Amino acid sequence: MNITKVFDAKGLACPMPIVKTKKAMNDLESGQVLEIHTTDKGAKNDLTAWAKSGGHELLKHEEENDVFMFWIRKG
Amino acid sequence: MTEKKKTTIVLFSGDYDKAMAAYIIANGAAAYDHEVTIFHTFWGLNALRRDENIKVKKGFMEKVFGKMMPRGADKMGLSKMNFAGFGPKMIKDIMKKHNAMPLPQLIELAQEQDVKLVACTMTMDLLGLKEEELIESIEYAGVAAYLADAEIGNVNLFI
Repeated sequence: MNITKVFDAKGLACPMPIVKTKKAMNDLESGQVLEIHTTDKGAKNDLTAWAKSGGHELLKHEEENDVFMFWIRKG
Repeated sequence: MTEKKKTTIVLFSGDYDKAMAAYIIANGAAAYDHEVTIFHTFWGLNALRRDENIKVKKGFMEKVFGKMMPRGADKMGLSKMNFAGFGPKMIKDIMKKHNAMPLPQLIELAQEQDVKLVACTMTMDLLGLKEEELIESIEYAGVAAYLADAEIGNVNLFI
């Protein structure tokens, strides 16, 4: 997987992970991949729903030491 | 590009917690690429109030209202467990610990994200609030302007 940009949203609380992810996504071209790190427990449902609504693709997500990681391809 | 979706929120309450919920939803909706409008009426207008005392010509009742209402978002009380002003202090401490954004910053963020903030002019008259007392870059309108946004809206809330 070719990751274009890594965005660290650790420590941010709702609604900031989504607000900041959107901002980070704005800088990307269609087809590029954004990697997101967050500690917000609601992020999995939030980012999944957000990606779907925006026409992006959630490629995968992982959890490691209470940090959630997401890879989203811009639609 | 398809037409943008719309979220409209009526903020009637003047409570810190309720206004926070309204502004979190508004910021989330803006991140969802919605066009967002928050229509502030009655006590919700106080969220748009400047925190400093602005000299404007007012009648007696208007002055009384002005004194009794919170001057700005940061001075609002909680809808539950306000404890004569101690509640907001506690919740702000807890929010800091959890990295939650305080209401004044949420309002700034909403403005950065081009959320349309509207003040209801009829209730401004009732509560004796003048344009000079409210923050900049907001719009002034009535029920018809709100309905124009809401009737083509996808999400519509009254808080």
